[in-house]
Amino acid sequence: MKGKGFGILVTFCVMFLFWLLLSGIFDALHLTAGLICSAIIALISHDMIIKGDEEKILSKSFKLAIYIPWELWQIVLANFDVAYRVLHPKMPIDPLIIEFDTTLQSDLALVTLANSITLTPGTITIGITNGRFCVHAIAKEPADSLTVDKTMQQKVADVYMEW
Amino acid sequence: MLEIIVAAFLAFGIFFMFVGAVGLLRFPDFYTRLHATGKCDTLGEALIIAGLLLYHIFHYPQTPLVCVKLLFLIVFIFITNPTATYALMRSAYKTGVKPWKLGDERQ
Repeated sequence: MKGKGFGILVTFCVMFLFWLLLSGIFDALHLTAGLICSAIIALISHDMIIKGDEEKILSKSFKLAIYIPWELWQIVLANFDVAYRVLHPKMPIDPLIIEFDTTLQSDLALVTLANSITLTPGTITIGITNGRFCVHAIAKEPADSLTVDKTMQQKVADVYMEW
Repeated sequence: MLEIIVAAFLAFGIFFMFVGAVGLLRFPDFYTRLHATGKCDTLGEALIIAGLLLYHIFHYPQTPLVCVKLLFLIVFIFITNPTATYALMRSAYKTGVKPWKLGDERQ
């Protein structure tokens, strides 16, 4: 019960902050409307993002904050990679489809890994069925970075603490 | 100085958008084309918006909420763009679009 109350509170605060930033009008009418809407959303959908006990959530968000800069750097690398392949006169591509299993369980972890794969060099997620990823790789090397050294899977698993 | 940084952001953004468009035309099939657009559009748009954000912070500091909204745009582009790419890939794969292999004809 304690965990649930915490989830509702956090969702409510995030939603209300979001309302304040987007509306930018701070009179009584708008504030009340925002409070009511945030409360309804928090009550209905508090378990969508925040599950489990408080300490875990805090350390997860902290680890996510470390993971995101690394991911951003990977995105920049991915763009230079694509730019190289596009602009090279011979177009060095050799597409293949690979499949591999993950140990990740929760939806949020799977979504994070899927979106990370899509944004990092040379690979795009096609589908996930029961923890099995199907990935389209544009050449051999980017495929190997997913199936052989598995850096990204380990990083995502670290963030969500699911090994 | 500020103008130069903002211009650099915009120039890189436009460069990546351009590369995405060229890739869309040059790559041989649906999946590889999505590689070009899915990645380049994400970073290209983010860089362009980041440039606008910087410009706005220094030239119109009296309306900081606009910057916050631009920042939200970047965040949501980074979440929705890969998701949309994934949805396109998945539906193409399920309906049986054949992936291009090295040596095949262009589709």
